[in-house]
Amino acid sequence: MSRSIVPAGVVLVALLSPLPLRAAPPFELKSLQLDLPDSDRTFPDGPGADVINGNCLACHSAGMVLNQPALPKAAWSAEVDKMIHSYKAPIDAGDVPAIVDYLARIKGAD
Amino acid sequence: MMQPAHPSRFLPTRRHVIAGASAVALASLSRRAAAGMFVDLPLPGGPDSRQITTAFPQKGAMILQRTRPPLLETPFEVFDQGVFTPNDRFFVRWHWAVIPTEIDVASFRLAVRGYVNTPLSLSLDDILKLPAVELAAVNQCSGNSRGYFQPRVAGGEWSHGAMGNARWRGVRLKDVLDRAGVKAGAVQVRFNGLDEPVVAEAPDFMKSLDIDHARDGEVMLAYAMNGEQLPLLNGFPLRLIVPGWYSTYWVKMLNDIEVLSQPDTNYWTATAYRIPDTPHANVDPGQTGVRTVPINRMVPRSFITNVKPGATLPAAAVTEVRGIAFGGDTGVARVDFSPDGGASWQQAELGDDQGKYGFRQWLSRIAAPKKGDAVLMVRCTNRDGVAQPDTPNWNPNGFMRNVVEATKVAIG
Ligand code: HEC
Repeated sequence: MSRSIVPAGVVLVALLSPLPLRAAPPFELKSLQLDLPDSDRTFPDGPGADVINGNCLACHSAGMVLNQPALPKAAWSAEVDKMIHSYKAPIDAGDVPAIVDYLARIKGAD
Repeated sequence: MMQPAHPSRFLPTRRHVIAGASAVALASLSRRAAAGMFVDLPLPGGPDSRQITTAFPQKGAMILQRTRPPLLETPFEVFDQGVFTPNDRFFVRWHWAVIPTEIDVASFRLAVRGYVNTPLSLSLDDILKLPAVELAAVNQCSGNSRGYFQPRVAGGEWSHGAMGNARWRGVRLKDVLDRAGVKAGAVQVRFNGLDEPVVAEAPDFMKSLDIDHARDGEVMLAYAMNGEQLPLLNGFPLRLIVPGWYSTYWVKMLNDIEVLSQPDTNYWTATAYRIPDTPHANVDPGQTGVRTVPINRMVPRSFITNVKPGATLPAAAVTEVRGIAFGGDTGVARVDFSPDGGASWQQAELGDDQGKYGFRQWLSRIAAPKKGDAVLMVRCTNRDGVAQPDTPNWNPNGFMRNVVEATKVAIG
């Protein structure tokens, strides 16, 4: 549990906001090249799973939806509308009922 | 990568360890994380199980809320270890999944353009040559603690860990704007980062501040966080710092600053991130026709960090209880602790003041409680006299929770 101790000078400059760093040592930035993990999680099997897998995984991984609480069907319908209208999700109007039904079935609160 | 933590007299020591089980959990967190651990947050109605992940670059054990684009929450134990949140445990939140994973510091440029006399293209070297400033400030998601809203609402289902406190080092936005020369009549400044939407016609993530706010001398462009360059996922190489305001304004991987002569109409400023224009941004579920405004200043909050919900505390013995508080858009004036569900309150001792926008530690005691169930509460009052409310707010986006939190424990 022991922590390194901040040099006194650094503690002092943080007291007021924001304070000039008079004797600050020059700061150096280093280029980065990293990899981000992806997720291959899909929606649980059941009626409409193929439709939701085909339409709802382009912009965010399934966890965005699977970590949601149970919501009324009207709220799920509004969410799917928001994806289409605000975020420009390319979803066929004909697929919407199957997606909303799927969501209301796995996470419904009516 | 060890981050400097401030030397606090409230830091956990063996003498302070009281909730035995949670202290053991804390010590072994990183080991168990490697073995595929899960945590229960716990959110009313669930789902409350989340994976603890160590899969993200420059990040230690984090609560996985979403893999792509990443939403990573700071495990709450981290807040017990000091007022500065280590970079490798600092929460992560992106809106769109096209995030550059390669940044070359030599070729990176920050554009300053729009309603200015001299458009600029600044290299990182140019920025490093400007006068350096440093500031401790809390960065908190607008939807921190959204998972506790009842009725529940859609969004990132965070517990309390979508926040962190760091020493930000960088340059004043004002100095950068002055170099470009803002034209008379400018109204707002819009900030854009290198991240992009997955679908071409979707709204790119951008945020704007009013011109006077942008030039207040406090808003910064940070190139360092807790003495190190920013982790990629926290906005390397440059991040906007808007002290006292919610994180949505703290644009990451900032590469474009546009001075506007008209109010910004982009989706993320004009349509998203709005709150009811009511006290505590509170409305009744289902209420309609309420005027809304863009989310803005933060409000005070406080937390117990060394006692977990459900812990057992000893009867007939003194237990030290400690935690963190922040005042929102100004400093902490006082913190009060209640060992009995709000029936009585006692003023807590405050830790060192690291600046009015940062976390402040607090310490109090429970003296010889009787056996049975108890509810611990903590309340922060800020220097403007604003105190945390006793009842939770509600709004459809799950923004700005700051109710006095209750921690249920068993005594005996
Ligand atoms: C074109 C991109 C795109 C597609 C396709 C998409 N979403 Fe989203 N979704 C978003 C964005 C952007 C957000 C907001 C992200 C954030 O806040 O991190 C979001 C957020 C969400 C949220 C959280 C609540 C909210 O409103 O912010 C849910 C739930 C959700 N999406 C469900 C879905 C479902 C169900 C589908 C399939 C019908 C879907 N999404 C398809 C872009 C998309």
